[in-house]
Amino acid sequence: MPITSVLLVGGPSLDPVSDLRQLTEFPFMVNALEAGTIVAVMAGVVGWFMVLRRQTFAGHTLSVMAFPGASGALLIGVSAAAGYFLVSGLAALVIGLAAGRRSRGSRGQESATTGTVQAFGLACGLLFLSLYQGVLANYENLLFGSFLGITGGQVLALAAVAAAALAALAIAGRPLLFASLDEDVARVRGVPTRAIGTGFLLLLGMAVAETAQITGALLVFALLVAPPATAQLITPRIGASLALSVLIGVLVTWTGLALAYFYDYPVGFYITTVAFAAYLLARAGRALADRGALAARTAAPTA
Amino acid sequence: MFAHEFFRNALLAGSFVALACGTVGYFVVLRAQVFAGDALSHVAFTGALAAAAAGVDARVGLFAATIAIALVLGSIGRSAAGDDVAIGVIFAWVLGLGVLFLALFSRGSGGGNGLLGARALFGSLFGLSGAEARLAAVIAAAIVAGVLTIARPLLFASVDVDVARARGVPVRALGVAFLALVGATTAQATQAVGALLLLGLLAAPAGAAHRLTPNPYLALALSAAFALGAMWLGLALSYAVASLPPSTAIIAIAAATYALSFLLTAPRPGARAAAARAGGGQN
Repeated sequence: MPITSVLLVGGPSLDPVSDLRQLTEFPFMVNALEAGTIVAVMAGVVGWFMVLRRQTFAGHTLSVMAFPGASGALLIGVSAAAGYFLVSGLAALVIGLAAGRRSRGSRGQESATTGTVQAFGLACGLLFLSLYQGVLANYENLLFGSFLGITGGQVLALAAVAAAALAALAIAGRPLLFASLDEDVARVRGVPTRAIGTGFLLLLGMAVAETAQITGALLVFALLVAPPATAQLITPRIGASLALSVLIGVLVTWTGLALAYFYDYPVGFYITTVAFAAYLLARAGRALADRGALAARTAAPTA
Repeated sequence: MFAHEFFRNALLAGSFVALACGTVGYFVVLRAQVFAGDALSHVAFTGALAAAAAGVDARVGLFAATIAIALVLGSIGRSAAGDDVAIGVIFAWVLGLGVLFLALFSRGSGGGNGLLGARALFGSLFGLSGAEARLAAVIAAAIVAGVLTIARPLLFASVDVDVARARGVPVRALGVAFLALVGATTAQATQAVGALLLLGLLAAPAGAAHRLTPNPYLALALSAAFALGAMWLGLALSYAVASLPPSTAIIAIAAATYALSFLLTAPRPGARAAAARAGGGQN
């Protein structure tokens, strides 16, 4: 690859070709772009179901289980990955089993259970840390990730996890969709909604546990919630919004990484800000469209 | 135990914070808004970092940011209950802003930011001064008074929005006012005892109280009592076991209470079927 620029942080030249070349000039940046794309695709699909099932809180709770996972692993001296998977899987099981039926009346209990699991998990993390009596290096990296130190091996690991998660969703996608859209009807039709709900949380937990190690827990959460929420605002059609969710996630990640490359601020800030801007745009568009539709009809109370 | 000033301070601030969390938490769980409380506690983190980066007193940033975002959360979505997904999106962005302020702050002051982050997230109950503890107690008492003032209409609006609205209860204004109270609770609890403890005390005692009784005022009282009990037992436990952080002890007891309420109210097969029928009719 020809080296066109020796400037590291010189800002974009606003010439797309040379900017793109500059972006892909360094291997760390190529790895970051690859990892970001994989995470964005997986989060776009898994998060789409999460948003559809209104389980954003559970998603956030599972993503912060990275903290007790990492500190617990430190304490007993196993690999961080084992700690992440174990704690995240446990939390997913507890939330899934305790939540039970997801009817309107149980929303409060579900939110209380999730909150308690999260608080308890973090409290355990705090305890592990105080028992370890050492310093948990890179406290911020744990939460926000660095994206810059990603190796080729990690990219491969990410790709494997993403492929497994997407394959699982491809197999369980139809019943999961059914159970998410109309739980009561699905149950009457013999779909094991509770098992599917817990299974989905486990999948979410595993996906988050793997990606959090590499890109940081909070960035995963942002990519899980914002692009799917934006896509579901834009279109109610299932296939289209799923595809849009992945597309928005990938574009947001690329834009955020490019901005972080050219302007020296944390990548987590750029990605979340771009994702939030996209969501605001979609919301404004939705509000305009709704107002137009409302003017056409007589004002009816919303359901 | 009571001879130590740090312990008396912790007990004073902790008791009032627990009472505030218990009463606010009852409504938070009733309205399924624990996520909003969680989001607001992270907003508090970002607000404190923003204030630190700008060189303002952290408490100003805490209160300004949490109450402002609480108003935003209350004004979006239907019926001011806050829309789960919208909260998640705003939450993610606020976290991103937190990273930015952290970067700005650590560039300005150089290092030590991890410690600051840990303190903002986990607080330090045993590190409060007498003045801080008294201030925390006064603010918490004011929050309890605020919640009790709007308790009746808020209960009505939370249990049956449509009927309440038809009867002329200002449902939306109540929802926004309540979220502002949640915001104030988070802001004050975050700096006094930490965001972690706040979330645990908001969710677990109220969740247990809701499971144990359908009577709203009894549940409200139970929720406050459970929170207070967890606080006292947790403080004593963490005093006795030096390596146990107070937050961990308090949350472990609150979570155990909640887990116990699951065992006590485990539905029998017949009851479950009846509940399923009732739930099916409701939807």
